Formats: sequence, structure tokens, C-alpha cells
Amino acid sequence: MDNILSIVTFIPALAAAVMALLMRGEDEAAQRNAKYVALLATTITFLVSLFIYFGFDASNTGFQFVEEAEWIFGLKYKMGVDGISVLFVMLTTFVMPLTILASWTVSTRVKEYMIAFLVLETLMLGVFMALDLVLFYMFFEAGLIPMFLIIGIWGGKDRIYASFKFFLYTFFGSVLMLVAMVAMYFDAGSTDIVMLLSHEFSYTSFDVLGVHVLGGMQTLLFLAFFASFAVKMPMWPVHTWLPDAHVQAPTAGSVVLAAILLKMGGYGFLRFSLPMFPVGSEVMTDVILWMSAIAIVYTSLVAMVQEDMKKLIAYSSVAHMGFVTMGIFAANQQGVDGAIFQMLSHGFISAALFLCVGVIYDRMHTRDIEAYGGLVIRMPAYALVFMFFTMGNVGLPGTSGFIGEFLTLMGTFQENTWVAFVATSGVIFSAAYALWLYRRVVFGDLIKESLKAIKDMNAREKWIFAPLVAMTLLLGIYPSVVTDVIGPSTEALVTSVNTAVANADFLAEAAEVDVATTNSH
Amino acid sequence: MQADLSVILPEIVLAIYVMLALIGAVYTSKDKLAPMLVWVTAALMAVLGIWIGTSGSGSTEAFGGMIVDDAFSRFAKVAILLSAAAVMVMGQDYMSKRGMLRFEYPLLVALSTIGMMVMVSAGDLMALYMGLELQSLALYVVASLRRDSVKSTEAGLKYFVLGALSSGLLLYGASLVYGFAGTTLFSGIIEVAQHGEVTIGLLFGIVFLISGLAFKVSAVPFHMWTPDVYEGAPTPVTAFFASAPKVAAMGLFARVLHDAFGHAVQDWSQIVALLALLSMFLGAVAAIGQTDLKRLMAYSSIAHMGYALIGLAAGTELGIQALLIYMSIYVAMNIGTFAFIMMLHRDGKPVTDIGALNQYAKREPGRALGMLVLLFSLAGVPPMLGFFGKFFVLRAAVEADMAWLAIAGVVASVIGAYYYLRIVFFMYFGSDGTEVETSRSPVLLAFFSAGAALMLIGVISTFGLEGAASAAAAMLVH
Repeated sequence: MDNILSIVTFIPALAAAVMALLMRGEDEAAQRNAKYVALLATTITFLVSLFIYFGFDASNTGFQFVEEAEWIFGLKYKMGVDGISVLFVMLTTFVMPLTILASWTVSTRVKEYMIAFLVLETLMLGVFMALDLVLFYMFFEAGLIPMFLIIGIWGGKDRIYASFKFFLYTFFGSVLMLVAMVAMYFDAGSTDIVMLLSHEFSYTSFDVLGVHVLGGMQTLLFLAFFASFAVKMPMWPVHTWLPDAHVQAPTAGSVVLAAILLKMGGYGFLRFSLPMFPVGSEVMTDVILWMSAIAIVYTSLVAMVQEDMKKLIAYSSVAHMGFVTMGIFAANQQGVDGAIFQMLSHGFISAALFLCVGVIYDRMHTRDIEAYGGLVIRMPAYALVFMFFTMGNVGLPGTSGFIGEFLTLMGTFQENTWVAFVATSGVIFSAAYALWLYRRVVFGDLIKESLKAIKDMNAREKWIFAPLVAMTLLLGIYPSVVTDVIGPSTEALVTSVNTAVANADFLAEAAEVDVATTNSH
Repeated sequence: MQADLSVILPEIVLAIYVMLALIGAVYTSKDKLAPMLVWVTAALMAVLGIWIGTSGSGSTEAFGGMIVDDAFSRFAKVAILLSAAAVMVMGQDYMSKRGMLRFEYPLLVALSTIGMMVMVSAGDLMALYMGLELQSLALYVVASLRRDSVKSTEAGLKYFVLGALSSGLLLYGASLVYGFAGTTLFSGIIEVAQHGEVTIGLLFGIVFLISGLAFKVSAVPFHMWTPDVYEGAPTPVTAFFASAPKVAAMGLFARVLHDAFGHAVQDWSQIVALLALLSMFLGAVAAIGQTDLKRLMAYSSIAHMGYALIGLAAGTELGIQALLIYMSIYVAMNIGTFAFIMMLHRDGKPVTDIGALNQYAKREPGRALGMLVLLFSLAGVPPMLGFFGKFFVLRAAVEADMAWLAIAGVVASVIGAYYYLRIVFFMYFGSDGTEVETSRSPVLLAFFSAGAALMLIGVISTFGLEGAASAAAAMLVH
């Protein structure tokens, strides 16, 4: 079991290769086989990944299950998980079988569809496990290719525009990160993440093209990484690719996008930005906190006026990610814990909400809120599930959404009270748009002719939602399952960041005094 | 003398073979021999390539320093010989089907290959010019191989006129350098051209030399001939233009700048950086509106030359290593892509229109997937090998304190990604269009799949590419 991380990562890719090379034909039997193979592969991946979860020693703040091997061009293939990444790995392996199940109704190019999702799973797992900068970048970027195809081939009406926007937007964000990575390599002499985490990047302020850069190299590196992760996250004002991508993507694509791909941004902040450039983060903290607050309020308001269900949930995702960035850059225990918690919780809840839209979209082939109303009469089970996740989205105590929002707000309150004040109002807005959506779709009279024959959820759909309901409740009632695992790692992270910032302040002041004395002479 | 000759033995062998084959073909059945000649020439070049790659070691000079045989020239020669052989074999079927396969074709390619081999091992301005002209003259003829086609002859003429102009520039530069340095030997020039002591005349000489060479690698602003020649020439010839001559010209570029002006890096690195910058952006932007695959590939190669030039602009050992790795990957990608373009036809006529690829993935899922891999590799998206080429030149740029060039490079790569994606878009998302047939030629398929597979396998193992490039770079940079 020494290579368990690689095994988990590459099971889906292996299954994809087998499908690509061995399976032929487009008839119904072939399609069914493709679906079963994909389901089997993702389920096996999940089961094997349980070994990681149960074998993980939470009290150890270092990286575990580390694998290392020589790779091309003097780079290293190095994988490992710590308290911050292990739950993202689990989230990914957990969500993927559900997305395959949710894709059961796909009927065009089924084999390619399943291959794209399996390859995507491998790449996403790689992102959370990679312990080498270039390896990380490779997984991070490569994920764009299957997602580009998923949106472009199986998407909705304006899929072309959405897929290009998705690709170019995120690609642009990450190439700047690539340059920063190269610069880091020359500064630290290694691309090993473990080594970089203990390396101190220079933070002496300097001038570039007449602009005074406070925090020097750290700030520049931070900004380059920020360009990538902020787009991925996505943060206001670079979030506009997300609603387009979500609306056009097929249901399973939206689920993966919301549940896992967005988390890469947050994970990147926690793995790189905060611990590697603490001074840079400190310099930028206020800007980011305010950007998050704006994101929460602004996108909540935008969500309220949407007429497309998926777009509404997409905007609500942006708002929820605002809590995450706020928590991360509050840089204290509650904030960081809350941010990770919020990401996991959002992984379940937003996935479920997109699946909820998928359920009625499969029946009516429209996502217009206008087209629905009174569904509770013919679809009681659906109404219940949708209600549950609407509440989760709002952050009702007892669901996981509450814990995440509460912790991040608490963390932010200690760092910047005004930001916390503004952000809290976002909670109210989120209740407004979510409940209003629910009222318009589910309540009211069933007057629309087209809805008179609509059928409630079938067994397959219920089985997709069951695990998501369970996880949302579990995390909401017993948050320790998460906080116990991440706690020691986040504590170490927060301590190291605060120490670095404290030292840097001292040094910066000393430097200023130096300059002052030199000038006075 | 004998020692001197043994240094250029591969060139001599190839030259004698070409002469004999030429005489033989003239006196016998002429064009009927052509397919056989293609295979024999390609085999000979491949054998020579393997021989050079495995045998030589160290660094030897011949003819009083006119010709240099070192790790750098061996690396470039192997790349040139193998890619030229590959392209020739690849195009044989295409050309004979369309009645273009004359016996001169393989022999002209072989002649220009000899020129390229001389170019990359030149140690003197005269040897440089000789090699360059031998290569160019053969290429001018090959470009207008389809004598009955207006486009092809136009391409040949354009190439010739502009090529002659650039040769003139280069020659003028060479004469200035000779005048101010007092020697044509690189080893002599480098002693005169120390940083800070470069006379204004020598500086002018460098600039003219660079202009002439920039034309050969089709760097902006000396790129104007590229799209027309690429479009007009028959596709196998275009594939040839895009591979071996580019490696040779880039090798020569690196050799002149480092062997002759290696102590004055500051004086030329800014010029090369500017060429790189312009090429990357023009290549990326101008390709967006193209609807012809070959024209698109022309702009794509301009952009790629821009990236390779970053390695040269860095002026360091790492830069040259990056340049060589980039060029090797570039050639592999291009061979695969052109094999794909050659496969496309409708009623026996070649098709190069992008629109013809509509819904291609539905009819030919396997080939579409291969092309997808190649396109993403060309765009520099990981995990394809093309990304590692870009990664290497970026590394060289940052190491040489040219972070601005690296940033410009990645920005240009995002713009460039758009037009590669557009081809993917046609293949996978496009609406139903006019159908295009795909040639079943096993040779083309082999090269196409090898190119695509290499882009993925290369990520696991690069087959010693890095070590060879590193040895070659160490030889060149002083």
C-alpha cells in the first residue's frame, strides 16, 4: 500500500484507457457497458480511497503516504496528503460515482463522455495530491481539456461560447502562475512543495516601473498565484466565466465544476499563497477581504434576479466562495477551518442543487424558473430533497452550510469587523434568493399544462441524493468529523503564517529605521 | 587532410550518393525510380543520423576551424536528418498519387539536408554562407515543385526573391564583421568582440547577420514569405519547410551568436528578445482569422519560432538547452500535424480548409483524438509534451532576468490557444458540414500516431533528450 495515492489517482485514467482502446460500437449495449465501467471504476476509486481516510493520522501535521520518484527534465513525481488536502481527495472520490449515476440519461457519444469524466477525476485527484510545483501545475491545467470538451460537446445551446470562455479565462489565470513557479524554482532551487513550504521568499520592498511594491517578491509571486486561483475560485470580479460555464454544461459537468473544480482555487490558496507568501498575503489581506465581501453581497443580489435556475445557483456558488476566501485570508484558526469546512459543505450542497435542477431539466428540458410551479403536488419526494438542500444553501443550523458560514464569519470578525458585518448581510440575501427560488418552483398551484404529467424522482435519482443528504446532515450535526482531521494541520499553518508575518513586520520596521538613519546622515 | 575529411564524412557520403543517384536517374527511367529513391534516400539519412548520434564524441575542428564537429552540431544533425527522412517518407504516397513525385524531389531534399548539416557545424562565416545557400537553393526549387500550379510557382518565386534579399543582408553583415574583426573564423571574431568593446561596425555586422538569419527562421518582422510559401507549396514540401530547415536555421543562429559573439551577449540579446516577442504575438494574433490549415500552421510556426528564440535571447547555457529541446518537440509535433493534414482529401484533391473538419470526431474518433492531443500540445497545455518545451524556455528567460519576456510569452500562448481550440471546436462541436475523406495510407497513419503518442509518452520518458541537449548546450556557450 505504499503507492496508494498513485493507485487511487490512476484507477480512473486506467479505466478510461481501457474504454478508449477496447470498447467499440455505439449501440445501446455498448453505451450501457460504458456507463457500468465508469460507475465501477469510480466506485472502486472511492472504496480504495477509504484506505487513505482511515489510514490517515490526523495528529501528524506533515505529509503522509508520500511517494517520490524521478521524473523527466530533472523534475520529481512526488505525491502526498496532509490534513488540508486529504478531505478534498475524499470529496472528489465521493462525488464522482454520483456524477456518473447522474449521467445515466446521456445518450450521445456515451463512451467519450465517460472517458472525459474519468480522465477528469484522475487530474482532479492529482491536483490535491501533487507535492511538486510542476506536477501540480500539470494536473491543474490539464483538467481544462476534459472540461472544455464536456461543456463543448454535451452542453446546452450556447455551449461553444461558454467552453471557449471557460478555457481561455482559466488558462490566462494560470499561465501567470507558471511564470511565478519558475521564479520560485530559481529562488528556492527546488520545485518540491515540502521544501518550498519551509523556504522563506524575500519580502524586501522594491520599486518596479515606478510602483513601490510592498512585500517585494512575495507580493509579486502572490499576485501571480492569485491571478490563477482567483479565477478558478472564482472571486468577484473575475467570476463571469462561471455562470456561463454552469448554464451550458451538462448536469454532471455542473456538479463536478461546483463540487470539485472550484475547490482547487481554495486549495491553492491554502497550499501555496498563504503558507509560502505570508507577507504577500498580509499585504493583500484587506483587498481580498473586501473583494470577498463584495462578492457575497453583489452576487447574492445578482442571483436574486436570475430567471435561469442554474445561473441562480452558479451565482450563489460565487457568493459562497466569497466566504471561503474571506475565511482563508482572515488567517486564523476559525477562519481557515471554516473555509475548508465551507468548501466541503458547498461540495455536497451545490452538487445536490445542480442535481435537483438536473432532475426537472431531464423531464421538462428547460431551466427557466418561469416554466415551473407547484411541483410539490406531483413530486413530493423531490420537493422534500430540494427543500433540504435549499436550507443547506441558506445555512440553516443543523446543515453543514451553517457551520462553514459561521466559522468563517467568526474568523473574519477578529480580523476585520466591517467586512464581517457586510458579509453577514449576505446570509440574509442568500435566504432571500434561495427561498424565493424554492417558492416559485415548488409551491403554488400546478397550473401549467406541461407539468400535469410530470413524474416524481425514480429510485436511481433518490439513490444519488441519499449520500449527499447524509453527508450534509452529518457535517452539520457532528462537524468534528472534519475539524478533527484538518485541525492540527490548519493550526500548524496558521501558526507558521503568523510567525512569519510577525517576524517580517519586525524586519520591515528595522529596515525603515536603517533607511531613516542613512538619510539623516 | 584525412582527419579533416573524416569529420565531414557523413556529408560526403550523402553528397556522393546524391550525385550518383542523379546521374542514374537521368540516364534511366527517370520518374519511375522516384518512389524507390525516396525510400533509399530516407533510409540513408536515417542511418547517417543514427551513426552521427551514436558515434561521435568530443569536439573536433576541420579545415582550419571552418567546420566544427561537437555535441551541438551532432544534436542538430540528428534532428535534421531524422526529421527530413520522416517528412520525405511521409509525403511519398501523397505526391505520387497526385503525379508530383519526380526523382528530383528526394535528391533536392537530400542536397538541402547537406546544406543544413554544413550550417549547423559551420565555424566560419564562409562555411556558414555556403551551407545556407546550398540549403536555400534546393528549397527554392522544391517550393515550386508543382510547375503547373500558379500558387506553387508563386510560392517558389516569392521564397526565392525574399530569400535572395535576406542572403544579401546576411552577406553584407558578414562582410562588415570581416572588415572590423579582420577574420571570418568564429574563433577569431569572438576574441575581437568582447562585451563593451564591440565597435560600431561590428555591431552593424551583427544586426545584419541577425536580420538574415531571422528571415530563415521566419521570425517577425522577416516572416512575410512564410504564410504564402506554406500555403502554395505542396503539403509534403510544407511539412519539410516546417521541420528540418527550421532546426538548421535555429542551430546556425545559435552557433553564430554564441561561437562568434558569445562574449557580447548583452549586445545582441535585446534584439533577439524583440524578435521573439514580435513573433510570438504576431503568430498568435494573425492565426486567429485563418481558415486554411496550412496558413494557420505557418503562423503557428512563426509563433513557435518566437518561443524558441526566447531560449536564444536568454544567452545562457540553459537557454540553448531550452532552444534545442523546444525545437525537437516542435519538429515532432509538426510532423504529426502535417501527417494529419496530408490525410485529408475530397475526391482525390487535398483539403486544407478548416471548415472541412466539421464533426470530424464523429466519423473518425481515433484520429480526432490524436489530433486533439497534438493541438493541445501545440498550444502548450499540460500534460502534453509541448508544455514542457514552453516550460523550459520560460525557465531560461527567468534565469536570465528576462521575466518580462516570459510573461509576454505566456500571454501570447493564451491568445494562441484560441486558434488551436478552434480546430478542436470544428472537429468536436461543429455542425454538420461537407464531408471530408481520410486517406488510409498506413505510412501517414504511422507518423501521425507516432507524433501524437510521443506527446503523451514524452511526459513519462524523454528518451535522453534532455541529457543530449544539455551536453550540446554546454559545448556552445562559453
